[in-house]
Amino acid sequence: MVLSQEVNVIPKVVPPEITRAQGLELYQDMVLGRTFEDMCAQMYYQGRMFGFVHLYNGQEAVATGCIKALKAGDYVTSTYRDHVHALSQGVPARAIMAELFGKATGCSKGRGGSMHLFSAEHNFLGGYAFVAEGIPVATGAAYSAKYRGTDQVSVNFFGDGATNNGAFFESLNMAALWKLPILYVVENNLWSIGMQHARASSVTEIYKKALAFDIPGYLVDGMDVLAVRRAAVTAIERARAGEGPTLLECTTYRFRGHSLADPDELRDPAEKDLWRKQDPIPKLARYLVEHQLATQDELQTIEDDTQTLIEDAVQFAQDSPEPPVDEITRYVHAEDE
Amino acid sequence: MVMQYYFEALRDAIYEEMVRDPMVMVMGEDVGHYGGSYKVTKDLFKEFGGLRVLDTPIAENSFAGMAVGCAMTGVRPIIEGMNMGFLLLAFSQIANNGGMLRYTSGGQFTVPMVVRGPGGVGRQLGAEHSQRLEAYFYGVPGLKIIAPATPLDAKGLLKSAIRDNNTVLFFEHVLLYNLKEEIPDGVDYIVPIGKANRLREGQDLTILTYSRQVHHCLSAVKTLVNEGYDPELIDLRTLKPLDLEMICESVHKTHRVLIVEEDYKTGGIGGEIIALLNEHCFDDLDAPPVRLASRDIPTPYNGRMEAATIPQVADILQAVKHLVD
Repeated sequence: MVLSQEVNVIPKVVPPEITRAQGLELYQDMVLGRTFEDMCAQMYYQGRMFGFVHLYNGQEAVATGCIKALKAGDYVTSTYRDHVHALSQGVPARAIMAELFGKATGCSKGRGGSMHLFSAEHNFLGGYAFVAEGIPVATGAAYSAKYRGTDQVSVNFFGDGATNNGAFFESLNMAALWKLPILYVVENNLWSIGMQHARASSVTEIYKKALAFDIPGYLVDGMDVLAVRRAAVTAIERARAGEGPTLLECTTYRFRGHSLADPDELRDPAEKDLWRKQDPIPKLARYLVEHQLATQDELQTIEDDTQTLIEDAVQFAQDSPEPPVDEITRYVHAEDE
Repeated sequence: MVMQYYFEALRDAIYEEMVRDPMVMVMGEDVGHYGGSYKVTKDLFKEFGGLRVLDTPIAENSFAGMAVGCAMTGVRPIIEGMNMGFLLLAFSQIANNGGMLRYTSGGQFTVPMVVRGPGGVGRQLGAEHSQRLEAYFYGVPGLKIIAPATPLDAKGLLKSAIRDNNTVLFFEHVLLYNLKEEIPDGVDYIVPIGKANRLREGQDLTILTYSRQVHHCLSAVKTLVNEGYDPELIDLRTLKPLDLEMICESVHKTHRVLIVEEDYKTGGIGGEIIALLNEHCFDDLDAPPVRLASRDIPTPYNGRMEAATIPQVADILQAVKHLVD
């Protein structure tokens, strides 16, 4: 019986636990996610982006900490809050921004939109717009890796709300049963739109749900990219060794409303302030400077370069053509190329 | 030639495709050790092992979603619904992913998955086990839907479905599993998806049907011919995409249409076919098309009530005579 483990059970390491190159990569990736999302908000309010747009601000440490610990060829499956998972997995900002603009150059050729980003090239298996919908799909990718005899690992992100859904229990049961190479990463941001986690789940400590399947469950500080990375590395090693799935509960917070259409009036401003103080990006910046892995100037350069990259993505999206309406039926069937 | 039951023909189709392509696998409830509730996967577990013939927990939503994840990443799963009605629990994964994901991914991913299993009225299984899901799924873009009536078509169409790169729903019928027919031996027998089968040529009217109702129609046609009528009988076999070419060609000749189906009349396949007739061959019609379908009720348990739920041979005879005379 593997007991559920608190964060302090994951081996502590003497800092600095990362190299300078790793530190800069993590920082750059989180800044990329934040800058991209901030730009999305601007574009949405300017009427250049449409539909429901769910931003990831505040949760960057989870995507970065997990995905940057993966190897090329590993799978990532996301939710409707998928922009930053796609970015971390290597999908170019241009392709995502163009998709959000509904353009032909978008990563889903203008047919998917914010909640349906895909990239076969990057083994990004998609944004899934129903809560918990991606969990079985990610489980299938893990089964497929086992079936085909590869060492690929599947990482599946979803929110606290999904852990009250049957697909979560069904999938974890099967993954544990067949020792599938998968990480179930819960981004517990405490709120399912307006439903407080404690009002929705009889057991609020999600990592404890791992007990039901006799798999490791970790409680991780999802505002600390190094803590997430540490847990992810442990879980990825286990998955790749054929020992089965791991449940990671990353406690985090979204700094914006559920979507850009959400007035976000329900959450207590004091709660928001408390979490904003734990912003994972300045936290990593302090760590890098403190451990002399980077200078403030270098970090500023990363931020500036990222801003330029995102502006370029917007320009690219803006300049890209709309998909031809006479191709509206293209891709419905596999026969359409 | 070898005489085979419908369920054996299905089994051989799966067996042959699993031998042909190592990426083809089966998953579902009791498909492995138990061999399937209608023995369609009998002994495949012994032949191919548990990885390729996967006994799943009773978790339709998630094993269907798992099949999607497999299909997106190079595996070609065949899902068996122990009873097709159970797959209502997997509707979201089948419709959202099997049907739409290729499109929403801009053509980057395909979901080559077959969803097959028994359904239909006739064994007094009660409302939940006697469902006809074809109309429920009919409007979902991207799906192909097949409902074979004979062992030969069951084999040939299942092989096509397994090789198809789309998600294909394959509806079998509880009353057809023990139907026997001669099947060509030692050949790669394929029936293309989307091609109907003209079972009898005639001039008086066109009867369009599928699955078990094909056999009711065959009985009726026999009587009708003896009485001097000359009906044309078409087994649609594939419900989506429909063989509109054969349908229109037939209507151009007969000018009258009777549709016989076992799904609900309201929102059923027959209604859709009539709409297509209006769009494509209205000028050929000499009379309003008629449909015989299931009553709009949950299938009752009682045997006589159950029989009265769906079209019977006498109903078909009456409808034909009404249309032709």
